[in-house]
Amino acid sequence: MQRKTRDKLILTIVGWLAAFLIFFPIFWMVLTSFKTEIEAIKTPPDLFFTPTIENYITVRERADYVHFALNSIVVSFAATALAILIAVPASYAMAFFPGKRTKDLLLWMLSTKMMPAVGVLVPIYLLFKNTGAIDTRWGLVVVYTLMNLPIVVWMLYTFFKEVPKDILEAGRMDGARPKQEVWLLLMPLSLPGIASTALLSIILCWNEAFWSLNLTASNAAPLTTFIASFSAPEGLFWAKLSAASTVAIAPILVFGWMSQRQLVRGLTFGAVK
Amino acid sequence: MASSTTVTAPAAAPAGGRSRRSVNTLPLLAPSVGLLFLWMIVPLAMTLWFSFQYYNLLNPMLSGFAGLDNYRYLLTDPSLWTAMLNTLYLVFWVLVITVGLGTLLAVLFDQEFWGRGVARLLAIAPFFVMPTVSALIWKNMLMHPVNGLFAFVARSLGFPPVDFFGNLPLTSVIIIVAWQWLPFALLILLTAIQSLDNEQKEAARMDGAGPFAMFFFIILPHLARAISVVIMIETIFLLSVFAEILVTTSGGPGLASTNLAFLVYQRALLEFDVGMASAGGMIAVVLANIVAAFLVRAIAKNVAE
Repeated sequence: MQRKTRDKLILTIVGWLAAFLIFFPIFWMVLTSFKTEIEAIKTPPDLFFTPTIENYITVRERADYVHFALNSIVVSFAATALAILIAVPASYAMAFFPGKRTKDLLLWMLSTKMMPAVGVLVPIYLLFKNTGAIDTRWGLVVVYTLMNLPIVVWMLYTFFKEVPKDILEAGRMDGARPKQEVWLLLMPLSLPGIASTALLSIILCWNEAFWSLNLTASNAAPLTTFIASFSAPEGLFWAKLSAASTVAIAPILVFGWMSQRQLVRGLTFGAVK
Repeated sequence: MASSTTVTAPAAAPAGGRSRRSVNTLPLLAPSVGLLFLWMIVPLAMTLWFSFQYYNLLNPMLSGFAGLDNYRYLLTDPSLWTAMLNTLYLVFWVLVITVGLGTLLAVLFDQEFWGRGVARLLAIAPFFVMPTVSALIWKNMLMHPVNGLFAFVARSLGFPPVDFFGNLPLTSVIIIVAWQWLPFALLILLTAIQSLDNEQKEAARMDGAGPFAMFFFIILPHLARAISVVIMIETIFLLSVFAEILVTTSGGPGLASTNLAFLVYQRALLEFDVGMASAGGMIAVVLANIVAAFLVRAIAKNVAE
């Protein structure tokens, strides 16, 4: 027993040390966000200082920050809702009425996700430019919806497959039409699955930084683009950058922690269980 | 898992056409399939078409069919080869770091210890940080040659501080990207380890297997499949690392940290050479497809089960 406790103690120390080292950059960022600009660039850095929330106030007061945050929220949620709306019928069909081609179809959808975005950057960019979709929220919503559609279809498919068929069967016997069957039986039954699919999709949209950097400039720019603007030398305000970054990642970090299990499933397309 | 039996087992359903009606799934599938087709295949065809054209937005006079000229020019341009090598170098080292450390960490976090749940949450956090934020934290607060934390640590240990982005641009990008993807590898490998049968572990222990034998003969073989999935998925994403480069080095100094994705971006959006950029895009697609072919095969096996 004695030895077991000692082993556990060592494991605890090693485990926490590893976790803290990995987490450290985030910790340091949060710490910096409570410093003044002068303290932020000071070497040697202060570990103990009088925290200030001045940076957060500045960030909140700058109207543009709110504008970018709002873009992130609107685009992520709209694209997620749209993707789920489009995916539900397809996943329903594939989960409950699989045909000979269902497997091929699923794999084809998956394969579109394998395509590097840079391979279609040029035509999409030109198309957006010519249709006036560049730097608009709806343009970004369209891109994000389509970008996540394969993952959403795939995840909903695996969740729908777990719904007992007898229940849907019974509903059908009672005269439920297909539409009622989906909305009144399937959707409520697989609500946890749909919720985690939505979470994953929101996370992916929120952190997406290829299309947002290339297709938006100011009007529709989400937080990823806004934060990137700090890379310019004149934007070297570390404390404010840290505060803006902390606010930008906080909600998504919580979402991510909530949905870590489903994340594995969604990102590996069920290849690892 | 039993999905494949639904259609072929009508005997289980009560008689009467109602419950086993044949459903026309086409209208249900059409929106998803149609949109994905429009989203990927059509632009891809356009990229392919552009790549055979002279097409520069700054020079409308120059147009028409280019044949293989764009490819010929690109393939003889040393920047393509540099970018290609950088791309592969980045993918390779990030994979080595994330899979290597990820495996060790997964074994560690599989052990029972106090506060394991919270420690695990901390360890997976970087994955949820947007790329532009993580690039800027590392670039400024950690790797800055004067005010950064690493410079301070180096100085207090008596070493000269390293100018990360000046002298080791690609290595710096690799460190940042590896930090972002380590939690992904950890999460997936941990999931895989936890699916390992406890009885199997117990049996091995009874037979006198030490921790090392356990790792090499029980855990690692069990992880083989998960590791291959991690490698393939990461490769797909790592082939087009973009934001981290844009924010930290902008591909420089010179071409030192330019990868294929960044090269295409430069050609298309900074130099407006649509034809050339498209040819670069096609090369990226071919590279990704080689990897994707293996990945799809691995997953197909799973779907078939």
